[in-house]
Amino acid sequence: MNSFAISDADRRLIPSSGLRGPVPLLIAIMTFVMVVVAAAGLALANTGAVIRAGVEHRYSIQIADGAAKAPAAIAAARAQPGVGRVNQVDPAELRRTLERWLGPASAEADLPLPAVIDVDLKPGADPAAVASAIRKAVPSARFVGHRTSLAPLLKALRGLTLLAMGLVLMIALASAAAIVLAARGALDTHRGTIEVMHGIGATDEQVVRLFVRQIAVDALLGGMAGAAAAGLTIALIIGGAGTATMLAGAPPLGWNDAIWLLMLPLAIALLATQVARIALVRALRERL
Amino acid sequence: MAGTIVEFDRVGLRYGTGAEVLRDLDFRLGEGGFYFLTGPSGAGKTSLLKLLYLAQRPTRGRMSLFGDQLDHAPREALPGYRRRIGVVFQDFRLIRHLSAFDNVALPLRIAGHGEAEVEGPVREMLAWVGLADRASARPPTLSGGEQQRVAIARAVIARPELVIADEPTGNVDAAMAERILHLLTAMNKLGTTVIVATHDVGLIAATPGAQLIRLENGLLVDPTGLLRHPPGAPSRAAAP
Repeated sequence: MNSFAISDADRRLIPSSGLRGPVPLLIAIMTFVMVVVAAAGLALANTGAVIRAGVEHRYSIQIADGAAKAPAAIAAARAQPGVGRVNQVDPAELRRTLERWLGPASAEADLPLPAVIDVDLKPGADPAAVASAIRKAVPSARFVGHRTSLAPLLKALRGLTLLAMGLVLMIALASAAAIVLAARGALDTHRGTIEVMHGIGATDEQVVRLFVRQIAVDALLGGMAGAAAAGLTIALIIGGAGTATMLAGAPPLGWNDAIWLLMLPLAIALLATQVARIALVRALRERL
Repeated sequence: MAGTIVEFDRVGLRYGTGAEVLRDLDFRLGEGGFYFLTGPSGAGKTSLLKLLYLAQRPTRGRMSLFGDQLDHAPREALPGYRRRIGVVFQDFRLIRHLSAFDNVALPLRIAGHGEAEVEGPVREMLAWVGLADRASARPPTLSGGEQQRVAIARAVIARPELVIADEPTGNVDAAMAERILHLLTAMNKLGTTVIVATHDVGLIAATPGAQLIRLENGLLVDPTGLLRHPPGAPSRAAAP
């Protein structure tokens, strides 16, 4: 039976608290926090994915003992199948990079500089075979994936994403617990009406339907209000801070993410409805 | 011969771990009978009524209603039996935020009747109890007598097989008491079994065909269990 299809007469039995009751406010706050945390989690996941995609096929050949061996390493790399761009980093650029740590000393001519060669592999290329060929040509060369270098950062991003998802789950559980309390409170408030209904022959389902509908409406209203506030907050944060976009090379949240976030208030309303139904049925079973 | 609508077999009731408030109740009520339940305050009348309208289960013994043993019936089965019983509570138990019309209509709506089937009978019943012009009034704005009449209308609107009334004339004037008794008698003549808990001797005297159930200290003052005391007859000594 459809829990929401009740008559006007049935609706009059349990007067709606509308936005005056605690449930909409509670759900609004929970939804606000949940959407913001979920958005942060999605943004972190997206940033991690963009960084990972950017360095997925990018490697470096590092030759610590001099630039003289660079041509041999470049030749060995280019000879391998699936190797795309091979480009030695300009020593001047290396010196500019080192200047941050060494200051003017980085410009001294006798400062030994490693040779750094950027290598892009095409999808399907075998990095181990390329590394083997380079080491064969230049034994002192290291063939390092950028992904390996960025592994700690990616791991941290993944951990933060998981933390955000965990927080979303915890907020959902807290919401469910609050709904249980609200449902039991509603039963206590309307104890007299329920006793009369039971005495006249109402089934638990008839009683539950009255409350579930109201809780669902309250949860939906609260969820939408909370989601709207969260959406505004997220838009302000994203609009005001382009750092993440700059770092990742893409907006931190896409349309797909927006759809997921918009589904959260609906999920909250659905969760509230089901939790309320279970709580109400259990509470009613304690009575004759 | 009419069948048995209520049967108690050594029924006892206690609340929590307290002493038994009803002990060894052993009686049968026939279908279509009119019964008065009397006894001093604290004798257990309200507890017996609670058993009869299925608000309590006996703590021991066997209890049957409408031919079905219900002392251990699953609670899911009880609403169906409750719909066959109309109850007039002493404290009325009207829903305060509903109009008199909605209060009276409640049993019909709970039983699944549509609005088209509700409107006419409820208006007719309100008119019968003299509240046609108070249909939209809420209980707090009604007098005690008016609330009692709404409670009676609610109890009988769905034409229950068993009507249980706890002091139904306690808050109305003599004329209205007579009308209420007339309604209950009329329903009884149509086959409804009526059980009225009352201290009103006049009410008992005005119903010559009725039988008397007398409780004292949780015991039925009728060792035979046949309830053959006509109103006005001297009551027997309490059973041991």
